[in-house]
Amino acid sequence: MAQMLYQRDIYGQTLVELGKKDPNIVVLDADLSGSTRTNLFAKEFPARFFNFGVAEQNMMATAAGLASCGKTVFVSTFAIFASGRAWDQVRNSVCYNNFDVKIVASHAGITVGPDGASHQALEDIALMRTIVNMNVIVPGDGPQTRDAVLAAAKQAGPFYIRIGRPKVATLEIKSEFQFGKAQILREGKDISIIACGLLVNEAVSAAKLLSEKGIKVRVINMHTIKPLDSQAVIAAAQETQGIVVCEEHTIVGGLASAVDEVVAENYPTQVARIGIRNRFGQSGEPDELMREYNLTAKDIAKAAEAIIK
Amino acid sequence: MKDYRETQIKELEEKAKRIRRLIIQMLAEAGSGHPGGSLSSADLITCLYFGRLADGKPLLRHNPQDPSWPQRDRFHMSKGHCCPLWYAVLAESGYFPLGELLKLRKFGCILQGHPDRRTPGVDVASGSLGQGLSVSLGMGLSARIDQMDYRVYCLMGDGEIQEGNIWEAAMAVAHYKCDNICAILDYNGFQTDGKIKDIMNLEPLVDKWQAFGWHTVEIDGHNMSEIFSAYLEALKTRGKPTIIIAHTVKGKGVSFMENVVDFHGRAPTKEEAIKALKELE
Repeated sequence: MAQMLYQRDIYGQTLVELGKKDPNIVVLDADLSGSTRTNLFAKEFPARFFNFGVAEQNMMATAAGLASCGKTVFVSTFAIFASGRAWDQVRNSVCYNNFDVKIVASHAGITVGPDGASHQALEDIALMRTIVNMNVIVPGDGPQTRDAVLAAAKQAGPFYIRIGRPKVATLEIKSEFQFGKAQILREGKDISIIACGLLVNEAVSAAKLLSEKGIKVRVINMHTIKPLDSQAVIAAAQETQGIVVCEEHTIVGGLASAVDEVVAENYPTQVARIGIRNRFGQSGEPDELMREYNLTAKDIAKAAEAIIK
Repeated sequence: MKDYRETQIKELEEKAKRIRRLIIQMLAEAGSGHPGGSLSSADLITCLYFGRLADGKPLLRHNPQDPSWPQRDRFHMSKGHCCPLWYAVLAESGYFPLGELLKLRKFGCILQGHPDRRTPGVDVASGSLGQGLSVSLGMGLSARIDQMDYRVYCLMGDGEIQEGNIWEAAMAVAHYKCDNICAILDYNGFQTDGKIKDIMNLEPLVDKWQAFGWHTVEIDGHNMSEIFSAYLEALKTRGKPTIIIAHTVKGKGVSFMENVVDFHGRAPTKEEAIKALKELE
């Protein structure tokens, strides 16, 4: 049985780890520090933590001001607010200035669950990846969340790191995390599945289902959405019969679109998209919602088979 | 016996006049831009950049030869559209040659239509209104973390403070008791579509800032002596931030531009510029 971890816990712990090494790390939150787990940093380094109350726009532009004075600023709230409410501040105050502001947005996607549609960010990858200078990482599990946060702290410029609310099964990954480099979790020549975030586990399960039918699947964990590992996408297009892209996000503008862009320009092939199709979310448990919105391993396997046939 | 301030007033007034001439020249050359608010804030920002304290040290501690000197006081122009004023002041201070001013808004120049970090002396871009007080808060908190004594000055427009982000920042700056932050409000009473009081009234404005926890100083924003005193009052105010609410005249200094809403966002023609420069001699 794989270990189940909250990405948010790992995030909070990694912030503390970073804070001990680097006095330039500053952390901001907007009244959700218990949920995003920035409260772990707040407890350890109260002079370098600022809570802004329910005011995300102010928090984001304040992060830019801190970064202008040389700070590496981690900013956290739910994905819906970080990417939507404060978008103009992210674009004009953070990214236009190319500042070291690292947005770590939790509670992304449909698996927020019972809170319902208003809190389920389905558009955030699209909103963030279109902004110049912004880097986007969607880590696939708990340990990878630490990798992503450390990579963002090390590299100059703005980052958007998307993490979820529920616990995630730790993936079996043999390769080292490298920012901007896709990880091949399973090799296969029939079809490729490219996934990010919580759907990487579903992709691995789908590959197992397909292998029972003799279909060999390449599973790619595309943790970095921007800059996208184009070589891995082109190789998948060239070496397998098609690609299924999976994300807990609208099928418009996110990972699927990023993959489509590379495929269309370099090696046209069939691409199927697993994601939310022009619908808002709703209340329910994560597994119920995953089924309702066709995000499960079975849905992925079905889409893969449709390409092969 | 005149004190150190009075001896500077005449000099600062002359400097402001020169800054206004540069604003007119650069806008006429560019053919677009925002003269109204640049002229209304000219006295406020001239005093900040060129005023000197009793010990001879500058009011705004900065070093044009080393724009990123860590100890420098920060100035942020939240109402970015008034950058012709900022550029004129920076060029006069020696951040870049005066000749650059005539390339304002031209392709490939260091002086963009709204502030950008490619300009020496500009720390943070602006242009999308309402974000600058938050940016200033970040600078103020950074000084606190690093136990440095630099101060942060933030120029805002009156139309600009209709943005909700400003009031989020107003709350936060006071909450964190940032007495190293001094906001300057250019209250000229006009915005793009007309008079502030008709479009979206701000009054009672002093009451609002006081209710948010700020120390307020209300002045005539064209009286150099009052401007100077307001900065000194902000310097000695402890425990809370200060906002200088400066009553100004849009287009100040050029008779046919004063209180004419059209000149919020229209550059003078070459003929208008000649007339304006004559008035500013």
